[in-house]
Amino acid sequence: MISLQNISKQFGRFKVLTDVSFSCNKGECIALIGPNGSGKTTIIKSILGMVIPDSGTITFRGKSIANDYNYRSDIGYMPQMGRYPENMSIGQVLGMMKDIRKIPENLLDEDLIKSFGINKLLDKRMGTLSGGTRQKVSACLAFMFGSQALIMDEPSAGLDPVSSEILREKILIEKEKSKLVIITSHVLSELDDLITEVIYMQDGRMLFQKSLHALRKDTGEEKLSRAIARVMRQQDESDGLQEARVNTSELRN
Amino acid sequence: MKKLVKYIIADILRSRIMIAYTVVLLVISFSVFSIEDNPAKGILSLLNIILFIVPLVSIIFSTIYIYNSNEFIELLVSQPLQRKSIWLSMFTGLAVSLSLAFFAGAGIVILLYAWSMTGAIMLGCGVLLSIVFAAIAMLASVKIRDKAKGIGTAILLWLYFSMLFDTLVLFLLFQFSDYPIEKGMIALSFLNPIDLSRVLILLRIDVSAMMGYTGAVFQSFFGSEVGMVIALAIMMTWIAVPLSISTIRFNNKDL
Repeated sequence: MISLQNISKQFGRFKVLTDVSFSCNKGECIALIGPNGSGKTTIIKSILGMVIPDSGTITFRGKSIANDYNYRSDIGYMPQMGRYPENMSIGQVLGMMKDIRKIPENLLDEDLIKSFGINKLLDKRMGTLSGGTRQKVSACLAFMFGSQALIMDEPSAGLDPVSSEILREKILIEKEKSKLVIITSHVLSELDDLITEVIYMQDGRMLFQKSLHALRKDTGEEKLSRAIARVMRQQDESDGLQEARVNTSELRN
Repeated sequence: MKKLVKYIIADILRSRIMIAYTVVLLVISFSVFSIEDNPAKGILSLLNIILFIVPLVSIIFSTIYIYNSNEFIELLVSQPLQRKSIWLSMFTGLAVSLSLAFFAGAGIVILLYAWSMTGAIMLGCGVLLSIVFAAIAMLASVKIRDKAKGIGTAILLWLYFSMLFDTLVLFLLFQFSDYPIEKGMIALSFLNPIDLSRVLILLRIDVSAMMGYTGAVFQSFFGSEVGMVIALAIMMTWIAVPLSISTIRFNNKDL
């Protein structure tokens, strides 16, 4: 459904993405994992057209997304930190998004609005809300239009345990409807029974794309968090080895 | 796009700064006209206050608003919307609400106390200046990523247009006082929307007689209908140029 081919991006002198390629299909739930500053958010932003890659192409349903904007009507996006105009009420924000998407009222998915209890807060201004409540509004907006692809950047950051459980269940339901879900998260333990694939990023490069099953087999660990920890350790070791090799070769010369 | 503008205007008009701005303008213009019994004199006093406050509030409020809407703009970009229409909606929202605030604060009072061509021109200048400085603010905020730097630049730009430019003009005037520079002065006034507004209104009031030969040249240029049309065109250029540059920049910007 979404595929990236040789995406590179540079901010000033800093290389954020180097030659990233992967593709994801319907029915998959993909975790985008990597240390801070490894380029996860930049990848998401490039898919959404917020960041324009220096080279490479991104296709959505086989069509390039460059200079297109209509493809986004099939993507629900939940940002890492949603901030909204301070004097708009929750109801107005929801209404505005409905106006933008132009989807008939009976096709709207308002489950999350109900289960988060947002419908009792419709008159509250966005400026007075706590970070967690704003995050809930972002989640409602991402799921409201029944989009075929869902992209979430740190969805559980700032949510209380009850709400993040509600969100998790909602993601599972959507996954069953054979939608594509892409999640970045630092809390690996909550991804365990959610995801089917892992994309691991480091320093702007994609190290691997593996199914959860294959990852478990390769590392011999059952838990995703442990498996990733093992991968990271291996990575560090091989980096260390390389450095050692370079050092010895320098000594020889 | 129309719908987006509607929500943005509703948001801005409910902000405290906007309400305070309207009230301050209202208080100032009422008190100026109640102190002066001659409406022409009232206009003159109000002119200086308006030319000072309107650009300041317009440029700084717009800059801060755009920076605060950063995440909101990101969210809009992730929706099926064209970047151009998002940016133009932001601009229209700012321009309309700043103009409305000016009209409610100063416009109505001017119409009540100084119902004349001069009053109408002043009203037009106030509205146009609000829009011009909103456009300049959008250019500044799209070019500069850092919020603190952006607001600093906005203040510097305001300082330049409302003070530094006049100093430069005065300097040039003294340096070239032996030469016939009256026509050049007209061209110079085009380079600053605040000065252009000031000249337009001063010429309507009799004080232009005290401006000597340059005043006479100004009078013969701006006093004519063609001159007025040209002045309006220049103001429009001051809106169109920053706005179109900022739209192009925003189209290719990484958020």
